[in-house]
Amino acid sequence: MSGNPQQEAALALGVQGLTVIGRPSDVEIISDITLTVRRGEICGLVGESGSGKTTLGLSLLAHCKRGTEVTRGAVEVAGTALTGLSEAEVRRLRGRAVAYIPQSPASALNPALRLRTQLAEALHSWNEEEQGTRADRVREVLREVALPDDDAFLARYPHQLSGGQQQRVAIAMAFIDRPDVIVMDEPTTGLDVTTQAHVLETIRSMTRQHGTAGVYISHDMAVVADLADEIAVMYRGEVVERGRAAEVLADPEHDYTRRLLRAVPLLKTSGHAEPEEDGGEPLLKISGLQAGYGSTTVLRGIDVEVRRGECVALLGESGSGKTTLSRSVAGLHTQFSGGLLLDGEQLAASSYRRTAEQRRRVQYIFQNPYEALNPRKRVRDLVLAPYTHLMGKPKDPDAVVHEALERAALPASYAARFPEQLSGGERQRVGIARAIATGPDLLICDEITSALDVSVQAEIVKLLRALQDDGMALLFVTHNIALVSNIAQKVAVLNKGEIVEYGPVGEVMSAPGHDYTRALIADTPDFELSFGESPMHRGAQAPEKAAGQ
Amino acid sequence: MTRLILYRLGYGVLTLFVVSLVVFGATQALPSDPAQAILGREAADPARLEALRQQLNLDQPLALQYWNWLAGAVVLDFGTSLAGGMPVAELLGPRIQASLTLMLITAVIAAPIAMAIGAFAALRRDRRFDHTSSMVTLVLAAVPEFAVGIVLILLLATGALQVLPAVYAGSSEDVLSSPDQLVLPVLTLAIAVSPPIIRMMRASMIEVLESEYVQQARLKGLPERTVIWRHAAPNAIGPVAQVIALQLGWLAGGVVAIEFLFNFPGIGKTLMEAIEARNLPVIQAVTLLIAVVYVVVNLLADIVGLAANPKVRVSSR
Repeated sequence: MSGNPQQEAALALGVQGLTVIGRPSDVEIISDITLTVRRGEICGLVGESGSGKTTLGLSLLAHCKRGTEVTRGAVEVAGTALTGLSEAEVRRLRGRAVAYIPQSPASALNPALRLRTQLAEALHSWNEEEQGTRADRVREVLREVALPDDDAFLARYPHQLSGGQQQRVAIAMAFIDRPDVIVMDEPTTGLDVTTQAHVLETIRSMTRQHGTAGVYISHDMAVVADLADEIAVMYRGEVVERGRAAEVLADPEHDYTRRLLRAVPLLKTSGHAEPEEDGGEPLLKISGLQAGYGSTTVLRGIDVEVRRGECVALLGESGSGKTTLSRSVAGLHTQFSGGLLLDGEQLAASSYRRTAEQRRRVQYIFQNPYEALNPRKRVRDLVLAPYTHLMGKPKDPDAVVHEALERAALPASYAARFPEQLSGGERQRVGIARAIATGPDLLICDEITSALDVSVQAEIVKLLRALQDDGMALLFVTHNIALVSNIAQKVAVLNKGEIVEYGPVGEVMSAPGHDYTRALIADTPDFELSFGESPMHRGAQAPEKAAGQ
Repeated sequence: MTRLILYRLGYGVLTLFVVSLVVFGATQALPSDPAQAILGREAADPARLEALRQQLNLDQPLALQYWNWLAGAVVLDFGTSLAGGMPVAELLGPRIQASLTLMLITAVIAAPIAMAIGAFAALRRDRRFDHTSSMVTLVLAAVPEFAVGIVLILLLATGALQVLPAVYAGSSEDVLSSPDQLVLPVLTLAIAVSPPIIRMMRASMIEVLESEYVQQARLKGLPERTVIWRHAAPNAIGPVAQVIALQLGWLAGGVVAIEFLFNFPGIGKTLMEAIEARNLPVIQAVTLLIAVVYVVVNLLADIVGLAANPKVRVSSR
């Protein structure tokens, strides 16, 4: 995957025993970090949220967030020690010696300034006599990241660009002053796979071409495996494993590294075992469904069937209409026409006009667990709310809550907690517990893992599969094609409001019939585990350690 | 954006129409008869009273009276003052000028200073300047403006330091000729309008300074001055413009008490006098004027808010 490491290449970045603490608690956020990166190479910094990756990334630019402080250690960029420099000296180095690509360009680009201003101002230490005019350099760097370089484009504001274009502007902004080191903080989170593939390709060629050293921060081992020459794994503020990418991937030493690797869903599997065709009526039958907003039609001629115990994945990129479809099924989006049959009975468009029994049988799990739980209610009340509303007050409320929590793999003691006392993964489990408390037949999962780390995603998928084994039917909405193989039996690929491919997962993944599906598969980083089977692959013998997580 | 501005403008006109209804209705409901008020003791003669009522069109149906008044108001003809018989527009002209001068000076001085204090407090967040300014603004916001005026008079005019005149002496024609007489009224009004602007600017600036684009600007190695003036400030003033507008709109009504306190010959003092004399045409004209100022200032704030947001500015043709 990477070229031959340049053994002689000079070090562009050296970090020695770096420790950052939080004030006023004095807790170490990252401790004793040692890291080196050579010119022209990329170091992948992997770890889950809260492991201190971003803190480390920012300290490479001598920047500390409010309430944090470097207490020990040294950072050396292109031969210059950053620690102990004055504000002004650090400022001169930023952009030129070390630059930063933020996680979400939508919020990191100033909404009130034109691209021209934002790009040109990054050239603050540019010498026009030796290096040519700033205006020329701005155009040049835009061409390098494959964006238009005309005046009209330069006069645009960030909101006039697509997400991928915004991220490429952020990359251009970082590369514009030809820095020695570039720090990238999850720059592809929030982009769909096609755009992600383009952005990663741009980063790769830019670092190779200009001999820039890169630090690529991510929670996704698959992306890092594809891109990095060297990998450093962070866990609870420490680097627990560091080495050449090929070696770390082939022979991970630390338990945590192995866990991260196993969490990555396999792109190509033979598919999930098929449930026997019972020949009877499908649980959910969508036929000729058409939906839209106002006069705009976003879905046309949708035909999907979901049987008991079956998981059907709705795969599509942002704007494909997949959320509109799932909201229509749930009765949250009412502007649609066509057949929507639950056990052969047509469902009303609005959930208000459906019977309590119909609503009980179809439950919804939301995308963002940070927003889907009322912060003022305890887990117990959150889980009980739909139950009491749809089925009346239970005789033994605690038993209902405990059973739901248990099925969602949460300890019963969590019933007394508030959402803010839970991690992202635990919150999503509460979302699942709330949905299954009423004993539904169909669960609609709307991108339920996209706000979560890859390692947490693996656990949620495992949980959903257990539910499915109990006879639950799932409509699993996702933009992540790699997840599809690991959970669904059937997949419907949505593109611009139409289903372009529909069939058993194994067939679609191994022999995609539509160009769009082929492109999606090609753009997804293909990650083969070389040290053992992934527990996400059904039928594989999951190692005991992973099962215990 | 032009369409949006026209839309708001339409709303402004509608608001004024409703205000004119309320103003007219309220003045009609005042428990006295203007004709009686004018004639005073002579009102005992029913024939004269009836003649005057006819002359003032008070015998016409209310709707017709309203229509005539509105039609006049549109072309700035508010009828004649019941006291003195001067046309209301002529009577109010110089007073409006005097009041607007007072308000304009206040706005020009108070708004930038309040924004600067708020922004500086945000930059010094949780330091001494921030704590002090936040406490002082809270206290000042809680004290009624005429109390502030009285304290200022005691401090600077009659008490310890007798450096400024306590009340205004002079006509409304040339208020600018003696600037020292304007200091206390302007200072009082400025203190009254500033606290919410300071607090809003501080909050808005803190939010912007914590934003990722400001962090990114710092990580690009820009000098702090550029970060604050180019990246932070333009994004912070949007919400503040609304508060400034509300405050300046309040100023149009707030001058009433202050003008009375300092004996300043503006519309506020005129309004007080007109209410005492049941001088209906003047009361109607002044209240409508105050509403106009309120609507116009808020419209301006909307336009500033829209212009500060490139999403709106660019997307409209």
